[in-house]
Amino acid sequence: MAILEVKNVGKRFGGLQALGDVNLNVEENTCHAIIGPNGAGKSTLLNCLVGKLIPDTGSVMFDGQSVLGRKPYEINQMGISRVFQTPEIFSDLTVMENMLIPCFAKRDGAFRMHAIGSIEKDQDIVGKAEQMLIDMNLIDKREMQSSSMSRGDKRRLEIAMCLAQEPRLLLLDEPTAGMARADTNNTIDLLKQIKDERDITIAIIEHDMHVVFSLSDRITVLAQGTPLVEDTPDKIKGHPKVREAYLGESQDAA
Amino acid sequence: MFGLNKRDAGLLLVVAGLALFAPFLLNPFPTDSAMAQFNAGYPDLMQRFVIFGVFAVGFNLLFGLTGYLSFGHAAFLGIGSYSAVWMFKLLGYNILPGMILSVVVSAVFALMIGYISLRRSGIYFSILTLAFAQMLFAIAYSDLIGRFFGTPITNGETGLQVYTSDPQFFHSENLPDIPHIFGQKMQSTYTLDVGAWSFDFNFGYYFCALILIAAFYLAIRIFRSPFGLMLRAVKSNQQRMNYTGLNTRPYTLAVFVISGMYAGLAGGLMASMDPLAGAERMQWTASGEVVLMTILGGAGTLIGPILGAGFIKYFENIFAKINDNVLHSWFSFMPDGLENLMVALVHPFVGKGWHLTLGLLFMLVVIFLPGGLVEGGQRIAQRLRGKKAAEKATDTSKTPAE
Repeated sequence: MAILEVKNVGKRFGGLQALGDVNLNVEENTCHAIIGPNGAGKSTLLNCLVGKLIPDTGSVMFDGQSVLGRKPYEINQMGISRVFQTPEIFSDLTVMENMLIPCFAKRDGAFRMHAIGSIEKDQDIVGKAEQMLIDMNLIDKREMQSSSMSRGDKRRLEIAMCLAQEPRLLLLDEPTAGMARADTNNTIDLLKQIKDERDITIAIIEHDMHVVFSLSDRITVLAQGTPLVEDTPDKIKGHPKVREAYLGESQDAA
Repeated sequence: MFGLNKRDAGLLLVVAGLALFAPFLLNPFPTDSAMAQFNAGYPDLMQRFVIFGVFAVGFNLLFGLTGYLSFGHAAFLGIGSYSAVWMFKLLGYNILPGMILSVVVSAVFALMIGYISLRRSGIYFSILTLAFAQMLFAIAYSDLIGRFFGTPITNGETGLQVYTSDPQFFHSENLPDIPHIFGQKMQSTYTLDVGAWSFDFNFGYYFCALILIAAFYLAIRIFRSPFGLMLRAVKSNQQRMNYTGLNTRPYTLAVFVISGMYAGLAGGLMASMDPLAGAERMQWTASGEVVLMTILGGAGTLIGPILGAGFIKYFENIFAKINDNVLHSWFSFMPDGLENLMVALVHPFVGKGWHLTLGLLFMLVVIFLPGGLVEGGQRIAQRLRGKKAAEKATDTSKTPAE
């Protein structure tokens, strides 16, 4: 069953048709990659899914419910978490505090006036946050201010924060952009592990073909705002249209 | 202790100690000595220290935690004062109803102003709050609402005060004709003379001090609560907050209202110490003052705003009193020409020029100690600890040799 159904979505910015007529189904418990050259509309599509942008036409259904017109925090509470291109974390706070926030958000919802309670005495939340830090190998950085971590660790923390909310769909926007090779490989391993161990659907936007082919079950190629093809990674690799639109350029250059 | 960890409990004890022993701490010089003018331990000024402490602690909950800089907080101070005086006029001089109403009314106003202003952030939020405060100031100063109804509400330029013709329903012959709490007068002062020193213990001051301690305790609890964590998250990254399923608006509005209630409480206390309410209490300069206090003391720190409030109020009252006569007496040991020169040099910085000194100090703090006086204190403590640690290190290196 498709957990995310995108139907006939179009978005125009002034004279630019950013998204033409996008149809896309993301099946439950798979990893679906969306690739395409710069300006293909990948980020616009993602922003339409999380409520940052509202498409001009079409519908976006998550788990049978429309997400259109809902605020980002409402969509998140429905079960969609997003990882950003540059890690968006609470950089003034410690790693542990960063981890506590999604745990509270998962349990208490979008707003709860909990103004004189003590955090330390909330064993459920503290325990959950600590467990998540242990799972993600961040426990030794517990009291560190998160802004002073390496790029790779920030990404790891951001993914951990998203997972702490137990989302049903995890959206990744170029998770390895600007990373060194070693960090990229670590991130791939981490995502593979997440995919194997958890009941989670992943949709990923990525430039790095190595990342895409090592993670995804299905790939949609986007070009000029419309999906070109959708298929398994093996078939995408050999697809003539894809080579022409995207992969071909680098092969010619080589 | 009281649900606080050791450090916070320590901080609470420090504030409680400072507040309770203020009559001694602020009067270190014998009454007849030349330094006596630096004594600040008289009831009127001590009350102002703690009342502005409450105001600044509340302001810091908003500004320190969420980073939303309200430039109209004095509006709530004024609203608190007006509400309290109205209770004096209608019910009588017992301050409790006045205190309660001042908190409630300022909360209502904070809810309305916050609801609109918090739609924007950054400089736009500041401007909106400033605009609202100036509007309220103009309304109070011209008594617009009072003229509309045909009876004074804020009593315009004169300010709101209690007249003998006021109803004062619960007033009776055996109750004092000045603010009191169940008959205990706010003005009553016990003076303790020890040798050349004299210390004033004022009932009103201790009432305010207890409220400050309670307000400070509540602020610590809010700082350490899940709610406080969310507020710091608002300051750090609103985008991540939205994408973590958290609605930032009710968080910021809640803290704006709490902070407005603190200001209203401070306003109510002011009126309880001196049953008068004037519009100038709501002017933008008063809003600016609390911003200065918070930043000078250390925004986002617990004790900073209290230190800042004390510091500024001390300057305002003590430095402002130093006039040329005092300066001449200080430099009288010098030859005449030099004495006049020194007086001329120091003159711009004291008396009416205290703002200049304060401005310079503020600049120095912002440039060299962005964390305010608290950061200064921490640096000094670190130096001292560093030295001690270094001494210890040398000590231990010596011992094995012996």
